[in-house]
Amino acid sequence: MKLNLKIWRQKDAKSNGQMVDYPISGIEGDMSFLEMMDVLNEELITKGEDPVVFDHDCREGICGSCSLQINGEPHGPDRLITTCQLHMRKFNDGDTIVIEPFRAKAFPVIKDLMVDRSSFDRIQQAGGYISVNTSGNTVDANAIPIDKHDADEAMDSATCIGCGACVAACKNASAMLFTSAKVSQYALLPQGQVEATDRVLNMVRQMDLEGFGNCTNTGACEVECPKGISLENIARMNREYFSASLKG
Amino acid sequence: MGILDSKIPSGPLADKWTNHKNHIDLVNPANKRNIDIIVVGTGLAGGSAAATLAELGYNVKTFCYQDSPRRAHSIAAQGGINAAKNYQGDGDSNYRLFYDTVKGGDYRSREANVYRLAEVSGNIIDQCVAQGVPFAREYGGLLDNRSFGGVLVSRTFYAKGQTGQQLLLGAYSAMNRQINRGKILPFNRHEMMDLVKVDGKARGIIARNLVTGEIERHSAHAVVLATGGYGNVFFLSTNAMGSNVMAAWRAHRRGAFFSNPCFTQIHPTCIPVSGDHQSKLTLMSESLRNDGRIWVPKRIEDAQAIREGKLKPTQLKEEDRDYYLERRYPAFGNLVPRDVASRAAKERCDAGFGVNKTGEAVYLDFASAIMRYGKEKALTSGLKNPDDKTLRELGEKVVEAKYGNLFQMYEKIVDENPYKTPMMIYPAVHYTMGGLWVDYNLQTTIPGCYAAGEANFSDHGANRLGASALMQGLADGYFVLPYTIGDYLSNDIRTGKIATDSPEFDAAEQEVRDRIAKLMGGSGTHSVDHYHKKLGKIMWNKCGMSRNAKDLQEAIDEISNLRADFWANVRIPGSAEGMNQELEKAGRVADFLELGELFAKDALTRNESCGGHFREEYQTPEGEALRDDENFKFVSAWEYKGEPKDAVLHKEDLVYDNIELKTRSYK
Ligand SMILES: Cc1cc2nc3c(=O)[nH]c(=O)nc-3n(C[C@H](O)[C@H](O)[C@H](O)COP(=O)(O)OP(=O)(O)OC[C@H]3O[C@@H](n4cnc5c(N)ncnc54)[C@H](O)[C@@H]3O)c2cc1C
Ligand code: SF4
Ligand code: FES
Repeated sequence: MKLNLKIWRQKDAKSNGQMVDYPISGIEGDMSFLEMMDVLNEELITKGEDPVVFDHDCREGICGSCSLQINGEPHGPDRLITTCQLHMRKFNDGDTIVIEPFRAKAFPVIKDLMVDRSSFDRIQQAGGYISVNTSGNTVDANAIPIDKHDADEAMDSATCIGCGACVAACKNASAMLFTSAKVSQYALLPQGQVEATDRVLNMVRQMDLEGFGNCTNTGACEVECPKGISLENIARMNREYFSASLKG
Repeated sequence: MGILDSKIPSGPLADKWTNHKNHIDLVNPANKRNIDIIVVGTGLAGGSAAATLAELGYNVKTFCYQDSPRRAHSIAAQGGINAAKNYQGDGDSNYRLFYDTVKGGDYRSREANVYRLAEVSGNIIDQCVAQGVPFAREYGGLLDNRSFGGVLVSRTFYAKGQTGQQLLLGAYSAMNRQINRGKILPFNRHEMMDLVKVDGKARGIIARNLVTGEIERHSAHAVVLATGGYGNVFFLSTNAMGSNVMAAWRAHRRGAFFSNPCFTQIHPTCIPVSGDHQSKLTLMSESLRNDGRIWVPKRIEDAQAIREGKLKPTQLKEEDRDYYLERRYPAFGNLVPRDVASRAAKERCDAGFGVNKTGEAVYLDFASAIMRYGKEKALTSGLKNPDDKTLRELGEKVVEAKYGNLFQMYEKIVDENPYKTPMMIYPAVHYTMGGLWVDYNLQTTIPGCYAAGEANFSDHGANRLGASALMQGLADGYFVLPYTIGDYLSNDIRTGKIATDSPEFDAAEQEVRDRIAKLMGGSGTHSVDHYHKKLGKIMWNKCGMSRNAKDLQEAIDEISNLRADFWANVRIPGSAEGMNQELEKAGRVADFLELGELFAKDALTRNESCGGHFREEYQTPEGEALRDDENFKFVSAWEYKGEPKDAVLHKEDLVYDNIELKTRSYK
């Protein structure tokens, strides 16, 4: 396949960026999208140019490192997968592919296609945990039976990989899907009840402080989320927030 | 005892850990506030250690190369975590888990360490549930279990196919709690470039800020390395792209002995290599071998026709297929341990029976499982005389419920529907049992430098059992290190802050800067990946699933030449200031080029076959591994002396007081 890539190049956080054209050939359908980027980078290095910087690590859809806005969509055209799981057979010979970083005020660009998502970490630090000591002085695991449906639902929320596609998909750059997935996981489990009030208030406060936008229920986040995190999480967090505000 | 003192406590096996803990020196809470600990790596081992040490009151700094601790390679573990809870009432016990692990490791691990691992395993599950880890449950609300290869009980806890993710997010949440309290200071997108020793003790690290390129000095009273395994020395593996040996190797160069580098696990069920552009390999969980049957064509002409696309596997009649694992190992069949299954696949492919374009793939076939489940389903739903099509549809639903996510992953990568045609699989590098030598306290041969998780050599001998790495990482981090490190630090309560302006820090920083300058100064002929791929080919062809003296000697020479070529001619664009991903890769590959040679040397020295280490010269007439307990019942521990070829071998003899040494047999 021959392709025409249009890629966002930006030297560092302070510089202005721009789109640059890179024609590329010899791409096979079996390659993953990031392997296609490897081929491009190898070419650039041979020519003595700077390779394109992007985040990646596991290359199997679980670490949440890879990002990329591909032809306007976070993680590209396919559904329920990350960029590293996207394969070139989804494209045709002669296609133009526009590749940009995830865009949001709370995700500043570090270089080229790499963004700073530490705002997500800070939301988790504000309350995304259960305050239990790790010294092992806990009750036996089976002393707390949990309804299988609740456990399964908590697991569904817990599968969020923290990639930020929900934010990149949202016209308001809201982080509600991400934040609500964590709040939901704990809200669905008995272990999470004790600190429920503080948790939701603190995490939402941090989310706002980081400069994420408001949720206007457009649902774009759910469509683009590679892990299928559902909008029900946002509804649940809203309920939790409402009752916490009454208490708090 | 020689130079290696494993510090195994005396007394009966089952009492060693408790007695040891009772006699350990403690640091009082007020003094802990004056003690700093550096934890490099925030996977299961490092994340859990950092959280616990901070909770105890120490000041902890964590380092990882990713942008967040949540992205460590541990996140990718699929199948599960073992624990001797005996919730299923199937006769499990600490002793049985201990026994299975020592036997599974082909009698090359330390009894006392493994027993301790079994002893604390149950507590890991309690801890994780208390943290809100959503393990799979039964309808009664209690925890569910699975079985894994090499054992006869159900002791594996899991969270769908994402157990590592959930455990890591649990450890990450415990870290977040301590970050919020100010007890952990996280340094993400930072890479440890060297270990700093002052008066013979580990007292800090030199790190590079990967965003700004700045070289930083960090001091502490002790340094914990939890930096994962080195499977990427093979270039292609199931490890994350960034997994590397740099931190462990830098410590090795500063005096930490490196153990059993040649003990590598090659996992039998991975998606085969599709071409030269391939950047990594994807695992298909071991659980698939419960229902999938492994085969290749019986006749070489059929294999040829399949490779040329003239014949489809589904067209081949039952009697024309060779279910070689069932044939060779009737007792265990498709569920033989990983090392055995991998070698058998290689044997068939080398003999010309491979089934994909490259000739390096075998089938993992679910057709009979689909029909079997279909029949069961038809019976239980009262269907009379269903036709084959209905049976197949019913069966496919059952298989989807069990393995749906894996089938989907396979289809995305290979573009074939595994419900309709058998999966193609081939062995791939997956895990490294070798690592930094540690004593019972997890301390390396450098005082104050500890190693935890996959980075140490401790518990898995020559072959790791499935679902045991997660257990070991969390055991080390939550339950072992926090005790044993206190014993060492109790001598440091009056030391005060470690200065970073000492000559030792000056020298270490200068060495790091010189090394970077040297890398940047290559003649610029080839990219880093060029060298990494070449190294990977040598490792795979000559130090892979089966090894012999001639190949290993060649590998040593070739790697040594490649290393010289790399330093002279590597091309790294850009500059050392600011973000430079090629420079990061170059630093890692430089260390792989040294480790690879030591790996081959270790394999050449070990004149026996055991676990994942198979030497062609040492096998039975039927082609099974031939262990030599008389001469090789030891842990190799290599001391750095400049070039890898000059490394000096020390041996820790393994003593078996509680287990009788036997030949593993799966026939
Ligand atoms: C696909 C796959 C599936 C698996 N499934 C299972 C399973 O089901 N059950 C099981 O028990 N095991 C499984 N394993 C094995 C298991 O996941 C690993 O052995 C284990 O997670 C390793 O954990 P760790 O904490 O030791 O290291 P890692 O999780 O690898 O963490 C290493 C850390 O070190 C950091 N680091 C490395 N070098 C540096 C440096 N120079 N400077 C700073 N930081 C550095 C990294 O940033 C990272 O934080 C699987 C492995 C793979 C590849
Ligand atoms: S909710 Fe989905 S899109 Fe958002 S961070 Fe989590 S996994 Fe990514
Ligand atoms: S690289 Fe890990 S999710 Fe894509």
